[in-house]
Amino acid sequence: MINMVIDGRQVQAQTGWTVLETARQNGIHIPTLCHHEAVEPSGACRLCVVEIGDETWSKIVISCMYPVAEGLNVKTDSPRVKNVRRWILEMLLAQCPASPEIRALAAEYGVQTTRFVNHDPNEQCILCGLCVRVCKEVVGVSAISTIGRGVHKKIGSPYGVVSDACVACGSCVTVCPTGAMSARLDAIRGVHAGREAGKGGK
Amino acid sequence: MAQITNREIQQAGRLDSAEAFMALRERILAASDPNRTEIIVCHGTGCLANGSVKVAEALQAAVKAADLDIKVTGCHGFCSRGPLVVVRPSGLFYQRVKPADAEDILQSVLEGGQPVERLLYHDPNTDQALPQEKDIPFYSHQMRIVLRNIGKIDPTDIGDTIAHGGYLALAKALYQMSPEQVVAEVERSGLRGRGGAGFPTGRKWKSALAAIKKKGYPAYVVVNGDEGDPGAFMDRTIMEGDPHAVLEGLILGAYALGAHQGFMYVRAEYPVAIKHLNIAMEQARALGLLGQNILGSGFDFDVQINRGAGAFVCGESTALFTSIEGRAGEPKPKYVRSVEEGLWGRPTVLNNVETWANVPQIIEKGGEWYAGLGVPHSTGTKVFSLVGKVNNVGLVEVPMGTPLASIVEDLGGGVPGGAPFKAVQTGGPSGGCLPYDMREVPVDFDSLTRAGSMMGSGGMIVMDKRDCVVDVARYFLRFLEEESCGKCIPCRLGLTRMREILDGFSQGIGSEKDIDDLVSLAAAIQDGALCALGGSAPNPVLTTLQYFKDEYLAHIKDKRCPAGVCKDLISYSIDPDKCTGCMTCARQCPQKAIAGEKKKPHVINQELCIRCGICMESCKFGAVNVA
Ligand SMILES: Cc1cc2nc3c(=O)[nH]c(=O)nc-3n(C[C@H](O)[C@H](O)[C@H](O)COP(=O)(O)O)c2cc1C
Ligand code: SF4
Ligand code: SF4
Ligand code: FES
Ligand code: FES
Repeated sequence: MINMVIDGRQVQAQTGWTVLETARQNGIHIPTLCHHEAVEPSGACRLCVVEIGDETWSKIVISCMYPVAEGLNVKTDSPRVKNVRRWILEMLLAQCPASPEIRALAAEYGVQTTRFVNHDPNEQCILCGLCVRVCKEVVGVSAISTIGRGVHKKIGSPYGVVSDACVACGSCVTVCPTGAMSARLDAIRGVHAGREAGKGGK
Repeated sequence: MAQITNREIQQAGRLDSAEAFMALRERILAASDPNRTEIIVCHGTGCLANGSVKVAEALQAAVKAADLDIKVTGCHGFCSRGPLVVVRPSGLFYQRVKPADAEDILQSVLEGGQPVERLLYHDPNTDQALPQEKDIPFYSHQMRIVLRNIGKIDPTDIGDTIAHGGYLALAKALYQMSPEQVVAEVERSGLRGRGGAGFPTGRKWKSALAAIKKKGYPAYVVVNGDEGDPGAFMDRTIMEGDPHAVLEGLILGAYALGAHQGFMYVRAEYPVAIKHLNIAMEQARALGLLGQNILGSGFDFDVQINRGAGAFVCGESTALFTSIEGRAGEPKPKYVRSVEEGLWGRPTVLNNVETWANVPQIIEKGGEWYAGLGVPHSTGTKVFSLVGKVNNVGLVEVPMGTPLASIVEDLGGGVPGGAPFKAVQTGGPSGGCLPYDMREVPVDFDSLTRAGSMMGSGGMIVMDKRDCVVDVARYFLRFLEEESCGKCIPCRLGLTRMREILDGFSQGIGSEKDIDDLVSLAAAIQDGALCALGGSAPNPVLTTLQYFKDEYLAHIKDKRCPAGVCKDLISYSIDPDKCTGCMTCARQCPQKAIAGEKKKPHVINQELCIRCGICMESCKFGAVNVA
């Protein structure tokens, strides 16, 4: 048993747990977007940040991957944590205005409006990568991938070619935190294109 | 220069003891005459681009049977004066040499006559000729430790390298020092990583030793030669000009850590570096300095080169490892240090090219010697690439702690035209921008960090009054935005959003609240980003805001760009008192926006003007103003 503190509360954790697991076991809520028990963590969304340390030294880490340690002191709602969360949510609000889940999450943390302009009113995807990971790690077919890199990154089928590897299990739609996957699955599987062209062409 | 040819050296076969190595070295030294004249032609990238191959060919053709050697070397650092030719041992320094100068150079060398006056360096202030390399301020203010052999040795000749001290440290370490002693010596030297973060190298190696013991696996040693900062060419110069120094450092590290396999991750755009490293490895293997049973000591180690994947982020340690492992180079969150779990989950020591290249001399001369150079917490020297608005663009090596002004003014010769510099960006695209007021800051890891900037890998960009800080901050942000791997939200979305706010400023759109938002968003990115690319990306914005807030306010409050750069906020006009009516500007203007009669003052039509500034550059009378 490991003894540590979260938000001033003495809590216990087991060796090998993450801070997020420990918080959840103890009924302390930390928001997450790219984390899912079924797949390996990736640390992409950064919404689950917490502050560790004390007055003399502290740093921001992601709770979904940070391993627990004896005596760890964790704050889930410090000013630095709130600032990271606020800006992530404010940016997501501008990025995926079409996602009711993101709007609800932002509202939960007090972010109702965004100062940023939206470039695509229909966008819902936050590029958390959960769909890609579940398809690869759980389903084992890798029918979905990220295409492009950096600010041009998108979710699609590998190399942008319609994927016939998809087994229509729907796992990606289930794990998707925003509803974006249900809107794009057909394009990835080539249902429309496939029907019109008679076979799975592009 | 070794008079024993490479072929003869290679025939020595694999050396099986330190004595055999020392004997070979003695043979090389005995066969070479220190007074024999060498004409050295720089074949660094800059001089090559300016035609140094033709210069070397012309010299070679003209030399015929004369009793001297023509030798080509790596970059001498003073690239803005290339092609460079240096005569040794006399030390005569010739700049901007053309193939047609070959005869005159040879004649002066062979007949012991006067140096070729037109090719000499002249002090820009006194116009006095400085014939000797050692008297030129660009060189006299340097302390060349890492670069000591570059410009002297032929990097493709292991004999020349050995004659200049190469592999002495290896022979010493293998037979006179235990691996722990090598680690202790590096720790004593105080050497800190030259790749950016400045982590103490000895401490890194020591924790790797502990991890190896705990896990029971051998470690990997890795060279980070991915150098991606725009304008930086420190590591390229070292790999091209003295590849054996990097290799010897790596072998020493491998011995210290008990590693049997090493990797050199080299930027793909550096074909000459890759070629020279490959030649160096081949030559070292042939002599038994690399491979199995090195110098008969029983220690086995080999290296392979991996070409970089072409992305800036691949220089980041976790991305570099995934790239070597054959996957897309994306950073991974790490709460376990790479000395414990690096390449393929094994203990791994990753160091920068310059870090490795320092190691042989630390082992040869002792950690104490090295710790005596520089300043207490930043020991030794550092190589900087000096670019931007500075007279002597080039590569310099100075002791840590040298004041910023000394680097820019004494070595760099200051800003062209003599005005004081406005700012210096240190630390590359994610470093900070220090103003003229801070010119006395000692350039060492901790002082730069305290000033809000950083050492980074050693890029220095000098700016003058015609550089706008808002524009500069936008430029770096745009670079990093393009280089973001896109994995984490703060960096992928945040850098674009910061840049959009700055775009607004450059058009005069914005408020003080926008500045506050920019600072707050920057803090969120620094705290929230997954890797140091995003984590340090806000630095140029934050330091320019810290030191040049007035200039930001001028943009958003007065709708004015004081440096005359931001196109939406400036206008060009012609001073009727200075204009002679020569019509040059009117002819050059791509918009035909300038009208006027011959010999009468001209006027710019602001409606048509696109503010390209061509008129200003073309006017010989300084009659065009920007405001
Ligand atoms: C985005 C990014 C790019 C980097 N690029 C390089 C590089 O090109 N060369 C390098 O040596 N270090 C680079 N680094 C630093 C490395 O991650 C690592 O700290 C360094 O190689 C360790 O070696 P050192 O201790 O000898 O400096 C980079 C870091 C980041 C975050
Ligand atoms: S589609 Fe959904 S699960 Fe996939 S990356 Fe986008 S938001 Fe995440
Ligand atoms: S900080 Fe930028 S470069 Fe680093 S992981 Fe995040 S998106 Fe990729
Ligand atoms: S939930 Fe931890 S980084 Fe996304
Ligand atoms: S390339 Fe010749 S001095 Fe740099």
